Amino acid sequence: MNLLRLLTLCLALFAANSANAEEARPLAADPVTEQRLLAITGELRCLVCQNETIAASNADLANDLREQIRGMIQSGKSDDEIIDFLVTRYGDYVLYRPPVKNITLFLWGGPLLFFIAGIFGLRHYLVRRNRQIAAGDALSDADKRLAEALLAGEAPVTPDPSKTPPS
Amino acid sequence: MNNKFVWILVAFALLVALLAVGLTRDPREIPSPLIGKSAPEFSLPQLGKDATFAPADLRGKVWLLNVWASWCVSCREEHAELVKLASRNLLPIVGLNYKEVRGDAGLDSSKLTPDEEKQLATGRAQQWLAERGDPYTLSVLDLDGRVGIDYGVYGVPETFLIDKAGVIRFKQIGVITPEALEQKLLPLIAELNQ
Repeated sequence: MNLLRLLTLCLALFAANSANAEEARPLAADPVTEQRLLAITGELRCLVCQNETIAASNADLANDLREQIRGMIQSGKSDDEIIDFLVTRYGDYVLYRPPVKNITLFLWGGPLLFFIAGIFGLRHYLVRRNRQIAAGDALSDADKRLAEALLAGEAPVTPDPSKTPPS
Repeated sequence: MNNKFVWILVAFALLVALLAVGLTRDPREIPSPLIGKSAPEFSLPQLGKDATFAPADLRGKVWLLNVWASWCVSCREEHAELVKLASRNLLPIVGLNYKEVRGDAGLDSSKLTPDEEKQLATGRAQQWLAERGDPYTLSVLDLDGRVGIDYGVYGVPETFLIDKAGVIRFKQIGVITPEALEQKLLPLIAELNQ
């Protein structure tokens, strides 16, 4: 009997709570539309909260745009047409994947440029090091003596005072 | 001095300069792709009248389209400037009242019928204009914000300057400050009116 009373109480509390909760966002009737909506809006930037996608954003405008795109999907528009619709209104800014244009060439080509520069830098460094090793001047005389002493298991002959470890 | 060290310093200075310039720019200001294009057509009911308005009605005139709403806090700041501008009779100012009811987060508009919504919007908008002065030649009601989407509105207030051929020539994102008015809008209006 007590258990039943407790259960009723829980149910009553739950009902009161859910009455206060926010209503769920409207979804289109068919899951296919909703899936496409998610795929499209996941690629688009919300203009109000600029680091969120339109799919994720709770902003009013994002809600309106989702509603609009839902309508466009249902009226048979293609993904490209829908994305064009948004770009003509809000600009390339809405695209998380900006198109390759003159102004975005550095953005797209930059990583390759840095990669090539890195390869050249590495080559330059290796060639110079090889030359130093071949010339036999990679180590100074003092370094050589120190290295030999260490290899022989002896204490360094002249410990460098600037490199004493902190006690 | 060591050559390599100087180069690192120069690269660092360039990076600092680049970032410093970036800091002075407003990330909320997204350039509109509509500038230089025809103002999107619409036909919306006028506020407090039994008529509609379409941008084509003002063909042959230079005019301003100002997006506003009574729930928009920055619009209050801008309003005085607009009233002042209107009193100079330079050009028609059309108000696009944007989501008067639905934009108000404190109100559940989904429970209203379309008629109730329009009535509520009209009442709120008219009261706002009565209290603060009405700078608008006319205002139209964009209850669901669809026209706002066509104009790429993402934050109220926004203002569009439209020329005689119906082409958008300038967009002010956010409040029209006295500086923006004097330095950008007024010279452009004078130029377009020639």
